[in-house]
Amino acid sequence: MSTVATPAPAPRRRRRRTGLQRRQTRIGWLLLLPALAAVGFVAIYPLGKTVYESFTNQEFLQGLEPTKWVGLDNYRTLWHDTVFRDAAWLTIKFTLITVSFEFVLGLIIALVVNSNFKGRGPMRAVMLVPWAIPTVVAAKMWQWMLDDVFGVVNDLGMKLHILSHPYAWISDPATALGSVCAVDIWKTTPFVALLLLAGLQVIPRDLYEAASVDGASQLQQFWRITLPLLRPAIAVTLIFRTLDALRVFDVFSVFFGNRPDTQTMAIYAQSTIVGDGHVGYGAAISVAIFLIISVFVVIYMTFMRVTEE
Amino acid sequence: MKHRRLLVLAGVVGAIALVVSLSVAAASSNKPARVHKAAAIAAPKVPNAKAIKKKYGGQKITFVGDSVGDGHKRDLALAKRFSRDTGIKVSVVPHPAASDQSYAQLVRAFSQKSSSIDVAMIDVVWPGAFAPYLVNLKPKLGKQSKLHIKSIVQNDTIGGKLVAMPWFGDYGILYYRTDLLKKYNYKAPPKTWADLFKMARKIQTGEQKTNKNFYGFVFQGNAYEGLTCNTLEWIASAGGGTLIQGGKATIDNAKARTILDAMRVQIGKTTPRGVTSYQEDQTEHAFDDGNAAFARNWPYQYGIGATAGSKVKGKFNVTVLPHGATGKSVGTVGGWQLAVSKFSKHKPAAIEFVRYMTSPAVEKFDAITNSNVPTIVSVAKNKAVVKANPYLKPAIASVPRVTRPAKFLKTHYNEASKVIYQGINQILNGTPAKNVLPGMQSKLNQIIKQS
Repeated sequence: MSTVATPAPAPRRRRRRTGLQRRQTRIGWLLLLPALAAVGFVAIYPLGKTVYESFTNQEFLQGLEPTKWVGLDNYRTLWHDTVFRDAAWLTIKFTLITVSFEFVLGLIIALVVNSNFKGRGPMRAVMLVPWAIPTVVAAKMWQWMLDDVFGVVNDLGMKLHILSHPYAWISDPATALGSVCAVDIWKTTPFVALLLLAGLQVIPRDLYEAASVDGASQLQQFWRITLPLLRPAIAVTLIFRTLDALRVFDVFSVFFGNRPDTQTMAIYAQSTIVGDGHVGYGAAISVAIFLIISVFVVIYMTFMRVTEE
Repeated sequence: MKHRRLLVLAGVVGAIALVVSLSVAAASSNKPARVHKAAAIAAPKVPNAKAIKKKYGGQKITFVGDSVGDGHKRDLALAKRFSRDTGIKVSVVPHPAASDQSYAQLVRAFSQKSSSIDVAMIDVVWPGAFAPYLVNLKPKLGKQSKLHIKSIVQNDTIGGKLVAMPWFGDYGILYYRTDLLKKYNYKAPPKTWADLFKMARKIQTGEQKTNKNFYGFVFQGNAYEGLTCNTLEWIASAGGGTLIQGGKATIDNAKARTILDAMRVQIGKTTPRGVTSYQEDQTEHAFDDGNAAFARNWPYQYGIGATAGSKVKGKFNVTVLPHGATGKSVGTVGGWQLAVSKFSKHKPAAIEFVRYMTSPAVEKFDAITNSNVPTIVSVAKNKAVVKANPYLKPAIASVPRVTRPAKFLKTHYNEASKVIYQGINQILNGTPAKNVLPGMQSKLNQIIKQS
């Protein structure tokens, strides 16, 4: 989420640059160099290597055979790969469900802990606990709680007469996606709330005072003041969460392992590269994931007009 | 909107989740501590230790070993003894419990030419894939390999090179509760799968009145290598062949469809619905905690069930797996080998460790303390060993073994197995076999063409 600073502050139109400006430009680039090198090393190089590998038939256990350039072969296969298509749809479905729930619930929580009440400090801390548990640990815990034989969820549901019989929440394809979404929402809503809370806190109080004097109702204040001023924070939150959700791996891996009907794009890429040893094809899948995520970013950028803000 | 109702429920549950999670954690730590026999018989001493110490003492090797059941404890005990006697330090790292994941771990290490692994345990289906990365053990261990079962040694010999030493064998067997069979008036364990389901159903109905966690039958239904092994047993025992035969996928046939659909119907009826996410450990826990009448597992479970802390000690026995209406009982060949990595920096020390680990004394120790199947013929016939491991009795041990189709697939085995276990998992989760098998068959044929 880093904003890239313009390296040369010197205006372009002026033909003759003074010595001072030239020196400033040089210093500017010089100061930027370490950051550029870091970005090149950790982002551009691996990405470039992945793109390169996606045009080869590289295999993990190739033995002595050299890797060959295969052009667009991997992408042609990928285009007809129904497993990848299913994985992509599942991931997008997961993203839409979780991000919308997390956003609405997170906003409500943020508004509550932003208002003045006793014990607000501890409340803000407690709110963050699910986010503080490592995902794999949380997923294992939920796996136990959702178990069909020993799970506490079924036990409580039966005792409270919400459930007629114990469900295998994770194993049953009908509830598998629902349960994994629920766990993600449980875990990530606090994070969304925290980001939105930070946005809420920079809205000046006197705007609300002025609005009250003018006779605006609470609801009007929310729609006319809070929501517009919160837009930058909302944009950041949604982009961040959407990208995260599209790359999801951990919860699915713990819950389902290599199950076919619940594969996310990232799981498919991982099992293709590491399990099957098809590095080239796996790289093509990774590039496809990258492109799909880019589409989402472009959509957000356009609709939220983040660039102007 | 099934999901939404679930989500609302989950939201409520999430709020109390923390409190509950703590109690869950507390409850699971209250599991009955199993007393282990391992203390009763000590790890055997290393023959020729002094000479080894003189040559390689002080070197450090890494052994990627077992993680299922008490395997890791055994590895630690043996490594400790080996280090004490020879001065070669062995650090033991358990591999991932799902064997396709440990395959992936080794693929990663070998393709990076990593020297971080010296000795690795490899599955009976992997020698073909890993041969180029493994040390030929024939010069140093050829003599010892003659003690082991010939067919396994052949399996581990690739292109004339002995790339791995047999360590312990495996085959699928049926565990059943003798006390419950008696209680429900059954004189013998089931012969056919249909018998098994009928008996499981009756016992389950009766037992659930007092123990609602009780189910008739448990096995390995998770989408992982173990399900490929289970599948092979079901289909082969129903006369449906061995998945790939003569270089062609044969999984899509009428007998296979019948037995797979019969299994699918039982999910959630005589098995827990969640059995489609069970691996070996979950199977063993369900049976040994007294929550199942029948279980399909490898022999290692026998030792755990027979120890003092187990709830089923003295109440269970083992036999061959059931068969279909027309087929014969079979057991999938499993088993593990020890191999030395070509990228190891201490190959001679590593080979000495393998020599010790695959020696008759250690196999006997492993068979008695851990109920693993010896690969050394004389050990498998040893009276003390057979007494501790009734599945070694000829009636069970002589059951026809079926092998997974690794030889047709070589480096593509893992990929093909994934096609199999993913498809079967889908069937068990509710899709009729006729909708899944044709696709699996054509995918398998594609993979065979590549290999």
